[in-house]
Amino acid sequence: MSWQWFHRLGSPRWFYQKSSAWLPWLGGAALLLLAVGIVWGLGFAPEDFKQGNSYRIIYIHVPAAFLALAGYYIMAISGAIGLIWKMKLSFVVMRAAAPIGAALTFIALFTGAVWGKPTWGTYWVWDARITSMLILFFLYLGVMALSGAFSREQSGDKASALLALVGTVNIPIIYKSVDWWFTLHQPATLKLTEASTIDPSMFYPLITMIAGFYLFYAWVLTLHTRAMILQREGRTQWVRELLGAPAPTKA
Amino acid sequence: MGPDAVGVPLSKKAYSAEAGATQDAYAQVPGFYTLFRTELVLSARRRSDIVNPLLFFVTVLAMMPLGIGPEPEMLSRMAPGLIWVMSLLATLLSQESLFRGDYEDGSLEQLALQPQPLYFPVLAKVLVHWLVTGVPLALLSPLLGMMLNLGAAGYWPLFISLVLGTASLSLIGAVGAALTVALRRPGLLLALIIMPLYVPVLIFGTGTVQAALDGYSFGPQLAVLGAILAVAAALAPLASAGAIRISLEN
Amino acid sequence: MEFQFDSLASFFAMNGHGPYVWAAYGVAVLVLVALAVAPVLRQRTLRREFKQQLRQEEARRRAAAARAASQRAVETVE
Repeated sequence: MSWQWFHRLGSPRWFYQKSSAWLPWLGGAALLLLAVGIVWGLGFAPEDFKQGNSYRIIYIHVPAAFLALAGYYIMAISGAIGLIWKMKLSFVVMRAAAPIGAALTFIALFTGAVWGKPTWGTYWVWDARITSMLILFFLYLGVMALSGAFSREQSGDKASALLALVGTVNIPIIYKSVDWWFTLHQPATLKLTEASTIDPSMFYPLITMIAGFYLFYAWVLTLHTRAMILQREGRTQWVRELLGAPAPTKA
Repeated sequence: MGPDAVGVPLSKKAYSAEAGATQDAYAQVPGFYTLFRTELVLSARRRSDIVNPLLFFVTVLAMMPLGIGPEPEMLSRMAPGLIWVMSLLATLLSQESLFRGDYEDGSLEQLALQPQPLYFPVLAKVLVHWLVTGVPLALLSPLLGMMLNLGAAGYWPLFISLVLGTASLSLIGAVGAALTVALRRPGLLLALIIMPLYVPVLIFGTGTVQAALDGYSFGPQLAVLGAILAVAAALAPLASAGAIRISLEN
Repeated sequence: MEFQFDSLASFFAMNGHGPYVWAAYGVAVLVLVALAVAPVLRQRTLRREFKQQLRQEEARRRAAAARAASQRAVETVE
């Protein structure tokens, strides 16, 4: 049983070279799905009888919220892989995932707030989901701040990976407790995003958007990872050769 | 294992021979008792470390009525939340120095070089931190409850929830303190990375008091606080130990 | 499946919810575009910087070689 593939997977050089072939496909598919989903959701999905057209925000709010949460786990898991197998690439992926996740959390928060205005009459309500999203946003910011605080790159990698792991253990507890807190303080509110009650004609564009967001995430994560690899490996021979430097002639 | 195996690395902290002798009885948890004793004595000598968080706690809470107005009804509604949030801040501020001194004088490195796991030394330090910040905060809470017009039913739940909750806060905060110990000015960063992790404790801490004030049983909330404490006691020292090793590499 | 609005104007108005829907979509698309563009720009700057470094190194090497050659020439004349 050889573990060669696993270690090859951990090599930034291998990833950089292979991923340039996937990128156009990934990006093309993501943008296609997103474009279809947006047009479908904005123009062709039927109007909601209760919320009117403002419900169309669901088509970005829910996928962004999905990916914001999934992104935290992706970040934490790649950080864990880095800590356990000392894999260079997974730390790079972890660092790249942090700002992307934060941006998606921001989208979820922003669209949620804008959706709240016509629905609840106010931009911000301390709703359980929104509050959890806000805390998730803080968790992302914490990981980003910590990873940038160390002068030695490897220390920043490991420290922020550990923090992400601690956050992962905490997220379910935070979600449960915020949920409980919310039911305590506001027992009756409308539930907006009950997937079970949604009509198929509204659900299919949502599925399209979720798939589009997942592909987009993979694409952007690859892009960010590649940029960071280039930055970190700038002094190595393979990057120099990539940029047209002559191979070293051993005298 | 002789007493020295544990005593030597911290020799600069002047272990007494008698501390080394008693330590043998606790050999199952290496270094725990000795370190616990030393830390306790040390913090008792650095009185400002104990007094300052408490003063901060009281001073900021005294600012609250000035900021939001002196109406007794409003204050009594806000009292549980205010007292709990201030306990969070006071714990957090005092946590920055948890490993700092040991990091700067090198004894943290010595501790990490020992063959024993770092779990018990960390637990000992956190326990001392809780004893000198969390417990005094809880003891002071009735006074502040009185100043903020807390309902009579709230005093006992406030005290007991603070005792349980601040222990979790000390444990969780230790992870952040260990992660940032190698940084020059970790104060705000520590708050940024640890505050979100405090959320469950805050929710169930104030929940305990609120339930009692509303006339319900507060046992369930207290049980959840206890459960959080159990999980934190099991996992947080492990994470802190890992974080210390990372910080020492820096 | 058909287009839900009878005119482009009513599509933009969204029955009074236009500002909310378009603000949400606009900001989301902006952020997504920024997410995709930022690493590409970063790569480009990095590549430019590294290439410049390589050129400088090359120039330095050439200069050193030229200096050594002229040194040898002087020595042979002497």
